[in-house]
Amino acid sequence: MRWLKATYDWLELRLKLEGPVKDAVLHPVPRNTASWWYVFGSAAFTLLMLQIVTGILLAIVYVPSGAEAWSSLQVLNHQLPLGWFLRAMHGWGSNFMVAVVLIHMAQVFLFGAYKFPREFTWTLGVFMLLMTLGMAFTGQVLRFDQDAYWGLGIGASIMARVPLIGGPLVHLLLGGPIIAGATLTRFFALHVFVIPGILLVFTALHVWMVLKLGINEWPMPGRTVNRKTYLQQYNHLAHTDGIPFVPGAFWKDLVFSGAILAAVAVCAAVFGPYGPTGQPDPTIIQTVPKPDFFFLWIYAVLSYLPASLETPFILTAPLVGIAVLLALPFYAGEGEKSWHRRPVAVLVLALVAVSWGTFTHLGTYTPWSPVMNAWSADTVPPHIVHDLSPTERQGAVVFQAKQCRNCHSLAGEGGQRGPALDSVAARMTEDQLIRQVVQGGGNMPAYGTSLSPPEVTALVRFLGTLHAPNEPAAKDASQAAMQSNPLPANSQ
Amino acid sequence: MTESVHEDQKATTQQAPDDPRTVSRRWVLLGLGALLNGVVGVAVAVPVVRYLLGPVRRKGAYNSWISLGSVDQFPEGETRLATYENPFNRPWDGETAKTACWVRNTGSNKFQVFAINCAHLGCPVRWFPQSSLFMCPCHGGVYYADGSRASGPPERGLFEYDYKIVGSELHIDAGQMPTLATQARNELPVINNSPKGCGSCAG
Repeated sequence: MRWLKATYDWLELRLKLEGPVKDAVLHPVPRNTASWWYVFGSAAFTLLMLQIVTGILLAIVYVPSGAEAWSSLQVLNHQLPLGWFLRAMHGWGSNFMVAVVLIHMAQVFLFGAYKFPREFTWTLGVFMLLMTLGMAFTGQVLRFDQDAYWGLGIGASIMARVPLIGGPLVHLLLGGPIIAGATLTRFFALHVFVIPGILLVFTALHVWMVLKLGINEWPMPGRTVNRKTYLQQYNHLAHTDGIPFVPGAFWKDLVFSGAILAAVAVCAAVFGPYGPTGQPDPTIIQTVPKPDFFFLWIYAVLSYLPASLETPFILTAPLVGIAVLLALPFYAGEGEKSWHRRPVAVLVLALVAVSWGTFTHLGTYTPWSPVMNAWSADTVPPHIVHDLSPTERQGAVVFQAKQCRNCHSLAGEGGQRGPALDSVAARMTEDQLIRQVVQGGGNMPAYGTSLSPPEVTALVRFLGTLHAPNEPAAKDASQAAMQSNPLPANSQ
Repeated sequence: MTESVHEDQKATTQQAPDDPRTVSRRWVLLGLGALLNGVVGVAVAVPVVRYLLGPVRRKGAYNSWISLGSVDQFPEGETRLATYENPFNRPWDGETAKTACWVRNTGSNKFQVFAINCAHLGCPVRWFPQSSLFMCPCHGGVYYADGSRASGPPERGLFEYDYKIVGSELHIDAGQMPTLATQARNELPVINNSPKGCGSCAG
């Protein structure tokens, strides 16, 4: 063991690291801070390291070429021993990293940890979140499959909406006039060099500030932050009721990081790697592109916006959102930290979380997308056509053949872009049905030119049978009134 | 060894003189060095901006006439998928250099050639001859046979390429992915055929 000590001394004399490391390791943190709530930051760091290691391992094989990227992923998935597992670790690591970073941010927000003197730690954190999302998006592009290809198309179409410089931005994003090899190489440079480089520098600064400013104390109702007195109070707290960071708080960080790594590995082993889906051949148009999990909510929001609001929303909402996040510590840099005294903050967080969850859920089953093969894949259930007249049955055929089913469901099958038609006859009279079919409107195309009059008649007769047995068919209210009350009221 | 390190430190502390003139000369030299680096940096970096902006070209610069093959492939009254190799491409583009478009033969050698990309967010639209509609799988944009907007989120009709017939071949003027800012052909300011977000509301 003496040689070990000698080696250490030899190195330490030259490295001079013992002092700073001891300072960092042994600095006192408030006792309550050694909590399981404070483990997400270090877990995000661990995941970043995992992403770097797995990323480098993948880069040994991956070919960032438009022609070969997809097949190099096939080689990774199917031919190299454990290539699939590394892709899965990298993909799931990315999912976990985005999730942990968001949880970390929510916790910091809830605990008021962004207040004085940690404003800039938060600001830097916001940029790190953006870069994490940037890594997720650029990584999805490197998976150069159909989803990546059409995802880039969506990116370019959004860029094109920027006033004045939209065209140049599209060319810059794509690296040329179309989505192709030049697009992939620039996203490769972003994903592998530019963003991780900046992210590492920011992470170092972020951790440095955490070590120098101390970990946020456990928020107590009534213990407000004041710029004049806070530093003194915190120092007092850390020294009178504090424990050394290592091992007091750090063991929980270690355990949680280990658990997260294990969770990533289990997900990777059980669920396997993401894709790649079909090869990025733009002439294969039988595709239903969908973004990765963390961008599903944007996909959902975009489809619910009225056309006139879309461009202003896409171009300003992200900027406003980022500006709000950046401004937060400067607007609310002092005062209460405890969530018991910050009802608005708690409600905002809950609202954001619920909205995100709702939109993500909607994004997973996309009720706004037509089901492109419903007209040929989902048959009209036999019980619906069982007792119908020949004309009505012909209408059911028209209903299928004219792709109505792509947007309208029957018995739960078919698209959900338009309303389900199981009881449409209870809502609309024959006249209204004819008008809707022929003229369209309310987000439905007009079928006047693509249906012959007999087809319209058959279709509307069929639709007229679609109501539950105990449900009366819709009646023209004016005619019904005339029939039930033939004489005009003579009360005048 | 420990001692020598200490001596070094002593020496440097002793050397740092309090004479303000010495200090100011060094600061001037430092400033000079910084200035030199700045000038060289700018001189080198500015041209590199052009490298970065290389892909940006003015409208139509990427376009050229390209053949979709014989006119006979596109029977009158029908709309068919055609593919071509984008005229501007790189050797390593692979299959991404290919592009698809919809060709509609409206009769008497008149055509409409539509971009595959939905005018909303660029997803590939599909033609359904039975109902004479183009449908987009992403957000449900729908277009009529002539490319005009029928319903859904798109704010305009499909992008259309200019075409001409050379001998018995159909040629189109193409080269870049059509978006709202980089249309398939030079268009007048976008004609919005759905003033209030509803393509087919009468009046």
